[in-house]
Amino acid sequence: MTEVTMVKALNEALRDSLRDDARTLVLGEDIGKLGGVFRVTDGLQEAFGTDRVFDTPLAEAAIAGVSLGLALAGWHPVAEMQFDGFSYPALDQVISHIAKYRYRSRGRQSAPLVIRIPFAGGVGAAEHHSESPEAYYAHTAGLKVVVPSTPLDAYDLLRASIADPDPVIFFEPKSRYWSKEHGDLGANGDPLPIGKARVARRGTDWLRVRSRLLRRPRRTAPRSRSSTSGRSCRWTSTRSPRRSARPDGPSSCTKPR
Amino acid sequence: MGEELGRAVSDPDLESLGLKEEGLRDLFRMMALTRRADLEATALQRQGELAVYPPLAGQEAAQVGSAYALEESDWIFPSYRELGAAVVRGVDLVEYLHFYRATWHGGTYDATAHRFGYVSVPVGSQILHAVGYAMGAKLDGASLCTLAYFGDGATSEGDFHEGCNFAAVFHAPVIFFCQNNQWAISVPVSAQTVAPIWRKADAYGFPGVQVDGNDVLAVYQATREAAARARDEGIPTLIEAVTYRMGPHSTADDASRYRPASELETWKARDPIDRYRERLVRAGVADDGFFAEVEQEAGAFAARLRAGVIASEPRPVEEMFAWVFAELPEHLRRQRQEVLGD
Ligand SMILES: Cc1ncc(C[n+]2csc(CCOP(=O)(O)OP(=O)(O)O)c2C)c(N)n1
Ligand SMILES: [Mg+2]
Repeated sequence: MTEVTMVKALNEALRDSLRDDARTLVLGEDIGKLGGVFRVTDGLQEAFGTDRVFDTPLAEAAIAGVSLGLALAGWHPVAEMQFDGFSYPALDQVISHIAKYRYRSRGRQSAPLVIRIPFAGGVGAAEHHSESPEAYYAHTAGLKVVVPSTPLDAYDLLRASIADPDPVIFFEPKSRYWSKEHGDLGANGDPLPIGKARVARRGTDWLRVRSRLLRRPRRTAPRSRSSTSGRSCRWTSTRSPRRSARPDGPSSCTKPR
Repeated sequence: MGEELGRAVSDPDLESLGLKEEGLRDLFRMMALTRRADLEATALQRQGELAVYPPLAGQEAAQVGSAYALEESDWIFPSYRELGAAVVRGVDLVEYLHFYRATWHGGTYDATAHRFGYVSVPVGSQILHAVGYAMGAKLDGASLCTLAYFGDGATSEGDFHEGCNFAAVFHAPVIFFCQNNQWAISVPVSAQTVAPIWRKADAYGFPGVQVDGNDVLAVYQATREAAARARDEGIPTLIEAVTYRMGPHSTADDASRYRPASELETWKARDPIDRYRERLVRAGVADDGFFAEVEQEAGAFAARLRAGVIASEPRPVEEMFAWVFAELPEHLRRQRQEVLGD
C-alpha cells in the first residue's frame, strides 16, 4: 500500500485512461508542458504526445464547444477548466449543446466527454478562485455531476467519468488536492459507480449526509459527541449532486452502499 | 455591389467549374425546390401548422451553391435558416420541420446519415462544433472538411472568433461560411460591424473571400476552392457570401418596422433564381421544357411537405425521458412513472 495525494490519483486516472483507450484526449489551458496550474496533468503530454494531450488557446467556450465537436467525431475529450470562476464562458456550450445532444439526436449521437473543474473554498483563495458552481450543473438535465472526496475515490470516479457514455462535470475540491490516503489506485475491483453515495464511516443511529467531504472526516467528524452520547453516526458523501427531488431533504442521493 | 465586393468572386467561367451540364441543371433544380419548400413552410406557419419559421428566400444560391460544392463525407453544421442546404443533403424536410413545429428539438432527421448537423439556434454556437469535428477528423487522418453556416450577426459572437482562432491554431479543415444577408433581425450589418466580414480572416491568419452570394456558380467555385485548401492543406477559409434576406427574420417578425420597401425592390431585381435561369438559358444548358419539369417537381415536393407536416403528430410523451441519458437514472425513472402511471 502506498500513500497518494488526490492530485496524484487524478493524474494516474488520466494516464491510465489515455493508455487504455486510444480515443481519450486531454485538453485545456496550460495542461501540456506545465502540467496544469494544479499539476493534475503533469507529465501526460510527454508520455502521450501533443496530439492526445494539448494546450488550447485561452477560450473556455471554445474548449467546451470544440470538445463536443471532437466527441461527435468519435473522440473522448477530457477538458480542463483552469479555475472554477472561469468556467462560466463555457456554460452556454455545456447547457445549450453538450447536455442536450443525446436527447436532441434521439439517441443517435452523444457527448461522451468530461469537463474537469477545480472548485470550492477552504484554501484561502481570492475572488473567482473559491466558487462552488455545482448547482448550476446539477440543475441541468443531461449532465452527470461528480465530486470526489478522497484520493482513491477520485481515481475511481474520474476513470468512471471518462468511461461514461454521457457528459460528466467533474469537480475537484481544491482543499483536498494535497490530502493523502493509503491504498492502491484502482485496486478496488468493484468501485462505486457514479450516482452512488459513499459511506465514509459506518454507524447505526443517525445519518449525516454531505454533498462533499471537503475536509478529512478525522478533522470534522464529531467523534467525541457521538461517542459521549453513546450513539453511532454514519457518514456519507453523496459524490454526485443532483437536483433535489423534494425541497425538504437530501432525497436526491440514492441509498448509500 | 460591383466594386464594393472587394476580392469578390462573381460570374465564373462555366468551363472552369468542372461541372457537367447535368450538375449545372441540378443546382437550379435544388434552388427551385428550396424556394417552393420555403414558401410552403412560411404558409404552414401562417396557418398554424408550424410554431415559427425563418424564411430563407433570397439566399438559395448561397446555400445550394456551397452545400453542393462539398463531398458527401464533409460535414455541415447549420444554424436555423439552412433549409436549402438540407435540401442538397437529402434531409427529409418533414423531419427537419419538426423543429419548427416544436415537436422535436433539433429535428428528427438522422444527422449522421446526412452529415448535416441539427438545427442550432444559439447564434454562432455551432461554429465550435464544426471546428471540433474537423480537429477530430484530422486526428483520424480522414480527408474531409466541415462547413459551418452562420449569419452576419453571428460574427459579433465570441464563438465565431474563438472558432476561427482554434481552427487556425490547429490547422483544422473548416470552412466558415457567412451568409451576409444584410440584417440580424432589425440590425443592419453596418451597425453590426465596421470591418468587412471577409477581412476578419486576416486577423486569424487564413484566407478570407467575399463572394457574390446571389451567384450560385460563384458560391460553388469559392466553396470548392476552400474545401480543397481545407482537406489538402489544413487551411481554413472564411467565405462571406453577400446576399439578402427577402423575407422577415422569422414569421414572428415585422420587417416593415425597420427596413424600407425600396431595399427589397433593389434585391428582388437580383433574385438568385431568376439570375441563374437566365445564365442557363444563355449558355444553352436548359430550355423551357426543363424549367416546366422543375416547376412541376417543386409543386409535388411542396405538396408532400405540406401533407407530411400536417400529418405529423406530437412525439409520444415517453420520449421526453428516452434519451436524456444513456441509461434512465432513478430520479427520471420515478418522474416517468409519475407521468405515465406505469
Ligand atoms: C446567442 C443568441 N442571441 C440571440 C438570439 C436571438 N436571435 C436569433 S437570430 C438573431 C439574429 C441573427 O442574425 P444573423 O447572424 O445575421 O443571422 P440571420 O438571422 O440573418 O440568418 C438573433 C438576435 C439567439 N438565437 N442566440
Ligand atoms: Mg443576417
